[in-house]
Amino acid sequence: MREILIVVPGPGDEAAELTAAARSLGEVRVTAAVFGADEEAAADLAGLCERVVVFPAAPGGVFDGEWAAAALTPWIAAEQPFLVLLAHGNDALDLAPLLAARTDRPMLSDCLEIGLRDGRLVGVRPLHGGKVRARVAAVEAAGYLATVRPGAYPAAAAAAAAGQVVEGPAPTGFSPRREFVGAVAAEAGEVDITQAEVLVAVGRGIEEEENLDLIRSLAEALGAEVACTRPIVDKGWLEKSRQVGTSGRTVKPKVYLAIGVSGSFQHLGGLKGSPFLAAINQDPAAPIFAAADVGIVGDLFDLVPLLEEKIRERRG
Amino acid sequence: MDIYVCVRRVPDTSEVEIEIDRSGRALEEDDFSWDINEWDAYAVEAAVQLKERLGARVTALTVGDEDDEEVLRRALAMGCDQARLLSDDVFAGADSWVTARILAAAMAEPRPDLVLCGAVSADQGRGQVGGFLAGLLDLPLVALATDLQVEEGSARVRHEVSGGVEHLVDLRLPAVVTVQTGLNEPRYVSIRGIRKVAGVEIPVLGAADLGLDPAELQPRVVTEELFPPPQGGGAEILTGSGEEQVERLVELLHEHGGLV
Ligand SMILES: Cc1cc2nc3c(=O)[nH]c(=O)nc-3n(C[C@H](O)[C@H](O)[C@H](O)COP(=O)(O)OP(=O)(O)OC[C@H]3O[C@@H](n4cnc5c(N)ncnc54)[C@H](O)[C@@H]3O)c2cc1C
Repeated sequence: MREILIVVPGPGDEAAELTAAARSLGEVRVTAAVFGADEEAAADLAGLCERVVVFPAAPGGVFDGEWAAAALTPWIAAEQPFLVLLAHGNDALDLAPLLAARTDRPMLSDCLEIGLRDGRLVGVRPLHGGKVRARVAAVEAAGYLATVRPGAYPAAAAAAAAGQVVEGPAPTGFSPRREFVGAVAAEAGEVDITQAEVLVAVGRGIEEEENLDLIRSLAEALGAEVACTRPIVDKGWLEKSRQVGTSGRTVKPKVYLAIGVSGSFQHLGGLKGSPFLAAINQDPAAPIFAAADVGIVGDLFDLVPLLEEKIRERRG
Repeated sequence: MDIYVCVRRVPDTSEVEIEIDRSGRALEEDDFSWDINEWDAYAVEAAVQLKERLGARVTALTVGDEDDEEVLRRALAMGCDQARLLSDDVFAGADSWVTARILAAAMAEPRPDLVLCGAVSADQGRGQVGGFLAGLLDLPLVALATDLQVEEGSARVRHEVSGGVEHLVDLRLPAVVTVQTGLNEPRYVSIRGIRKVAGVEIPVLGAADLGLDPAELQPRVVTEELFPPPQGGGAEILTGSGEEQVERLVELLHEHGGLV
């Protein structure tokens, strides 16, 4: 039976999704690696997989890619799991390629699907912000590593069979070259978009900072708050507290109107609670239309003023 | 202090129609406009700012062909001291693993004090090269830096971790840092700026120059086929005149509680 190691940096749905991805490969034995998990968290994991290995937490008690790589490398060398799986998120960028290099394994990144062909790992992954997909295959190797896109596999239900929980060794001879200093608190910001029922989200399609007035004015007509994608914050046009996404806020409005937003998974990752999602984008192939309920393909500079006018008319 | 910054030229595909070419493994590139990968522009700016503050020597590297030289010119125009085009017929078909091997070989002499890479590339989105480099060079890694301060053999880095949180970490140099967008404000490069560095010689280094055996440059991941994302299940696309579409949208927004 194939051994699969899932690496779970922190709490969340990751473990259940990774377990589902692992089990999609057929008869497998799943081991979860965690760092400094308490008993309850370890027990939860044991409901999903055959084995849980609890490695000591990194100094500072937070996830640390250097520490994790140092702990996992000898473990993987000894146990030789067929596949090491991680969720494609920020922590994976900090660990997965480093671990693949240290353990000398081919790595497939950000997979929407993983599979086996002739005993080799294959996958499907998005390119160009989701506008194309690629079928990729790893070359033959003793073991593989892959990161799986969050949401690609529906979370596995906890199995009845309780897995065993064991302790993993601390990395030996570890001299830290990287040290945790502290967490940085997010700025509060002028509005709390996480509480808003209606959001108008603006993306790079707005082109210039001045043009944001179009969006502000539309939001005002709707009684909505303005949210945005990351590039708008990077340019300093709107404050960070308005950014929706995996590196911004998680929002759960009733209605989300995305304007000039391509619909990257990092942006949509911040949108929860299945709101009514409407999109305006001039590119009919923009991935936002795959996620939206309704869309208009067209130029926002024509459509937004018209939309505002119609809303104001309707309100009288 | 020697800083290497790894850059790549990528197509802007956000507004073009994507067509798969006859090989089925690549895209028709005729309508593409190319530029430095967004994340890499922040990495170059970070390197140049360190140079201005601390007097480092900054070397820009890319793996590619003569078309990719323009991205190195841009890095020079932004203030990098020198650039190397890593190019060879045997590099064709390089995956991120092979790319990282080539880059690592180009950092053999002088050894780096700091390696900066963009955290991901806009086209491939794999986010692998920086981490592979850390593994190959046996250096510590921090991914997704949003702030970077360097001082006598160490760096204090703010970086994004999972859960929308940022951490501060201290790194002992040499180290690899992958850069997230927003770390700084990449400086504007004018056509004149590019022209100024037109005369700077950019050495082209191949496998032999880098001491690489082509047999070691076998990709570990092969792209077999490109295909369009599955259709259907997506948005209802409104039809009719612009006016009709917008009226229908107002109706739908109202129905779902969007007119507060
Ligand atoms: C680790 C990591 C974390 C990230 N976290 C986040 C995050 O939290 N939030 C986030 O948003 N991004 C995040 N990103 C960035 C993300 O990958 C995308 O780059 C970003 O979401 C794209 O923003 P955009 O849609 O505004 O821009 P683009 O992708 O450039 O899209 C612009 C869209 O506007 C359309 N458009 C242009 N002109 C017009 C017009 N006149 N009329 C109508 N439509 C027009 C285009 O067709 C295009 O679809 C993250 C990336 C990484 C690597």
